Amino acid sequence: MKSVKVYGPGCKRCETAETMVKAAAERLGIEVEVEKVTDPRSIAMAGVMSTPGISVDGKLVHAGGLPDAARLNEWLSA
Amino acid sequence: MTAETDTPAPRALPDWLWYAGVPVAAVVWWLAYDNLIPFSEGVTSLLPVARDSHTGEAIAFFVYDVPKVLLLLTLIVFVTGVLRSWFSPERTRAILAGRRAIWGYPLAALLGVLTPFCSCSSVPLFIGFVSAGIPLGVTFSFLIAGPMVGPVGLGLLYGLVGWQVATIYLVFGFTIATVAGWVLGRFRLERYLQDWVRELNAGAVVDLPDQRLTLVDRLKIGVDQVREIVGKVWIWVVVGISIGALIHGYVPEAMMLAIMGGDAWWSVPAAVVVGVPMYTNAAGVIPIVEALLGKGAALGTVLAFMMSVIALSLPEMIILRQVLTLRLIAIFIAVVGAGILATGFLFNAIL
Repeated sequence: MKSVKVYGPGCKRCETAETMVKAAAERLGIEVEVEKVTDPRSIAMAGVMSTPGISVDGKLVHAGGLPDAARLNEWLSA
Repeated sequence: MTAETDTPAPRALPDWLWYAGVPVAAVVWWLAYDNLIPFSEGVTSLLPVARDSHTGEAIAFFVYDVPKVLLLLTLIVFVTGVLRSWFSPERTRAILAGRRAIWGYPLAALLGVLTPFCSCSSVPLFIGFVSAGIPLGVTFSFLIAGPMVGPVGLGLLYGLVGWQVATIYLVFGFTIATVAGWVLGRFRLERYLQDWVRELNAGAVVDLPDQRLTLVDRLKIGVDQVREIVGKVWIWVVVGISIGALIHGYVPEAMMLAIMGGDAWWSVPAAVVVGVPMYTNAAGVIPIVEALLGKGAALGTVLAFMMSVIALSLPEMIILRQVLTLRLIAIFIAVVGAGILATGFLFNAIL
């Protein structure tokens, strides 16, 4: 079970990023627990400055803009 | 996520198609842009209204400006999307964190123009900067310059109003961002941050794994930006151009001169008061600016109006409220507002 966090205050892009993570995990057949972090304090604490940010198992892998679909697969299957 | 859900690693187009497609798209763009006048005059002549009537003038303005602004917007957003892929907030923070001297302010303003960030990122960005030890004033220079002197606004000004006004806007927007940041820095405002921001551990600096991008990746970013921004903003473009068309067709020049002419001193503060609550963006407000200037409104008044719409928006303040106390927001508005008023008065006085 991988734990994925999507950081973003709740704009359209952040929602799309969350959908992308879930779809990619389903496609790869990986079980993930996706948590959406919207509190600005927690976002800042994670070191995310440009949203949406994504962390996998506590490690920040992406910040700013939508993730590339191919890279998203790499992060999830790593 | 649509049809591509069943392939393991969707890579939509082969690279060569990108290298070939971009020049082809550029040629198509140029042909369309070059034929705007025959197109709009052709459409207007099909309608059962006299070309030189009020309605005819308004329709001609609308039919010419909508495709023109959308074409310009697409080009500008694509080019800046590609160029901005070389900059990131993380890198900007690293550049700014090393500097405290007076050069921090203009540098922050410059990076504010170049670094991509959407307004929903401004809070995490603000916290990220402040927690890295970047002075508050320098952070403000960055945050003011971003929306105020954005490339989209400058490109549209250049395309619709001419390079002279675009240059004046660039110089003064940049100056306001630099000076306002410096003035705010002198106030020692750190104590007016929300408590939790001040207490935030400055150690929260995370290095992302190096994301090396190929040229095709960058072109892709440009296209994504066009899809996202033009898709979101087109409605404001249509609303702004409609208002511009009504002004162009129906407002008498004498009335415009009385309200927004150079002789009415109160028109500059009035333009700011009207501009702040207006929630739109550069793409929506510049067609209005185009029509106002065409009717003889004074340049300083129009610049003040445009700057207050773009740089002092209420929704932006509400977002920043999460990290700033009301008092700091009030000081911020006062300082930026004073810069905008000074620009407006200065231009009305010398022109």
